[in-house]
Amino acid sequence: MWTLAPKCLRFTAGMRGKKRVKGSLVTVKNVEKNFGDFHVLKNISLEIKKGEFFSLLGPSGCGKTTLLRIIAGFEDPTSGAVFLDDRNVIPIPANKRPVNTVFQTYALFPHLTIFENVAFPLRLRKVTNNIVKDKVQEFLELVKLPKEGKKLPSQLSGGQKQRVAIARALINEPSVLLLDEPLSALDAKLRQHMLIELDAIHDKIGITFIYVTHDQQEALSVSDRVAVMNEGEVVQIGTPFEIYESPQTPFIAHFIGETNFIKGKVTEILNEKRAMVEFPDLGSSLTVYQDKSLIKGDNVKLTIRPEKIRISTEKPEGLDEKWNVLQGKVDELIYSGFQTKFFIEIGPKRTMFRVFKQHVKFFTDEKAINWKDNVYIWWHNNDGYIVEVEAL
Amino acid sequence: MKKNYGPFYVAPVTVWLACFFVIPISIIVYYSFLTKGINGGVIHKLSLDAFRALYNPTIFQITINTFQVAILATVIMVSFAIPASYFMARSRFKNFFLLLVIIPFWTNFLIRIYAWMAILGNNGIFNNILLSTGIINNHIQFLYNTNAVILVTIYTYLPFAILPLYSTIEKFDFSLLEAARDLGATKWKAMASILLPNIRGGITTAVLFTFIPAFGSYAIPQIIGGTNSYMLGNVIARELTVTRNWPLASSISMVLTVFTTLGVLLFMRFNRSATESARGQKQKTVAAGAKA
Repeated sequence: MWTLAPKCLRFTAGMRGKKRVKGSLVTVKNVEKNFGDFHVLKNISLEIKKGEFFSLLGPSGCGKTTLLRIIAGFEDPTSGAVFLDDRNVIPIPANKRPVNTVFQTYALFPHLTIFENVAFPLRLRKVTNNIVKDKVQEFLELVKLPKEGKKLPSQLSGGQKQRVAIARALINEPSVLLLDEPLSALDAKLRQHMLIELDAIHDKIGITFIYVTHDQQEALSVSDRVAVMNEGEVVQIGTPFEIYESPQTPFIAHFIGETNFIKGKVTEILNEKRAMVEFPDLGSSLTVYQDKSLIKGDNVKLTIRPEKIRISTEKPEGLDEKWNVLQGKVDELIYSGFQTKFFIEIGPKRTMFRVFKQHVKFFTDEKAINWKDNVYIWWHNNDGYIVEVEAL
Repeated sequence: MKKNYGPFYVAPVTVWLACFFVIPISIIVYYSFLTKGINGGVIHKLSLDAFRALYNPTIFQITINTFQVAILATVIMVSFAIPASYFMARSRFKNFFLLLVIIPFWTNFLIRIYAWMAILGNNGIFNNILLSTGIINNHIQFLYNTNAVILVTIYTYLPFAILPLYSTIEKFDFSLLEAARDLGATKWKAMASILLPNIRGGITTAVLFTFIPAFGSYAIPQIIGGTNSYMLGNVIARELTVTRNWPLASSISMVLTVFTTLGVLLFMRFNRSATESARGQKQKTVAAGAKA
């Protein structure tokens, strides 16, 4: 649906080039879901490749969990279909689909031991005891809980419960694993750790993972591709890199990470990739990178990430015309160890600009920037991105 | 220093239980070992006559009958109450249904029993409908038998089964059922293997709350039952008020109490051993942890 933004072609960091062939191809075709008059999902179509780690990312209420529940079979779509490989699975009940789910609340059976929780799907299929034993042990080892089999869920920590839930969902060897905000109940450090482990499990098992989350960090760090959803629609599908660097709408730019928006009007087309834009709020004109075939007179919205902007109290020297330089005043600064967040007032309308400065040098090597200081900020015009065009 | 208010807090309930439970029970126990007075009452002379009188085929038969009625009614009540409470707990109108369950309590217990006579009596609503529609030619004797007693017992005590089950099921995490289905269980299998074990506490309470009053039933068999559906409660009342054999009434009361207590203990024992076999591992790991 979305073509690669040309500037992204310069990077390959978004693809994690591992060879995976297991799992199913999941195709979501024109899925709609209404709850009464409320349209939860509006004509969703997606194609998730075999063995892909695919994320559905969006704010709460955007329909991502509903879509997951439709794929799992807990919910029927109002219209549309879901295919696993070439088979429409909508008529197949949840208990017969080759799809398993890791629930947000873990949903471990409190009356069964960890071993029996993981063995549950095998017991249902009346697998003989010896095979059950070996298999459960194998999956408990996969999630690094080989010795906890005899405990009850209430005796485990949140992270351990999550691992058990993953082992239990994987033991049936599904072709697709669905993960519904699996880490949202864990604390930040543990979440990081579990993410890395999920990624490792994915690499080992190699089946298709569909991961639902509202946390952009989670989605960006583990996914092969991300679908950003908002108000029941998919607004962009792409690699984490594409989503972050070339957001297709202001919503995405705003939702993923932090950013600055400035509105302007195109005054001159310099060449295929560059245009001159006047920004009345800043009281100046800047050269901007563009991939939207702008024409003179278009109203545009430019987004520029705070970490891409440099800041100093001294005027930067020796910059060519590809750098945009602005002058402003420090309105607020928040020191947080590895970085400082600056809020800079710029131009006649005192537009607020966020600038993040990473502390990669010794503090003594440069002059400290203080509150109310007059500062210069500058960025390479490749780093700005036009997210919205309103033609005249 | 921290003052210990414990005794102060439990004083009211201690006094209450002493006055209205321990002392009356002691009187019953004491009376059962006395000699019966000629015109009722007791003569304060120790005797085992009352217990000898228990060796009586009629009382034995009535005890069996009482057990039958109470067990059958309890089983039916709990098996009705589980699906009903499940439905209520999952409904959007749960408070409304809860109100419906509680409404009968607004009417006097005896009046509700008499209402059943108006419904099931020979000239009752039910017979009249059947007669007027021509389904039957002669009225059917619904009342004054064991079935009528069981029916009205179920009607009377069903809320006591529904309320504890409802409160347990309402707290149940229904996503567990979804998880079970996701892992391959059918709806029924998920209910049997996941829901039932997790609402065991509610089932226990429901069984106790219905079995105990059903076993000690007096008014229902007295009004609705016939001579062949006498229960222990009726025998006690007869011995106390008609035959005026107070020691015998006391000894039968003791039988009733002992059987109820035994029944409850056995049930709880059975229940706990079932839970333990599921949780046995927990005990072991805890013990091992304590050792280490």
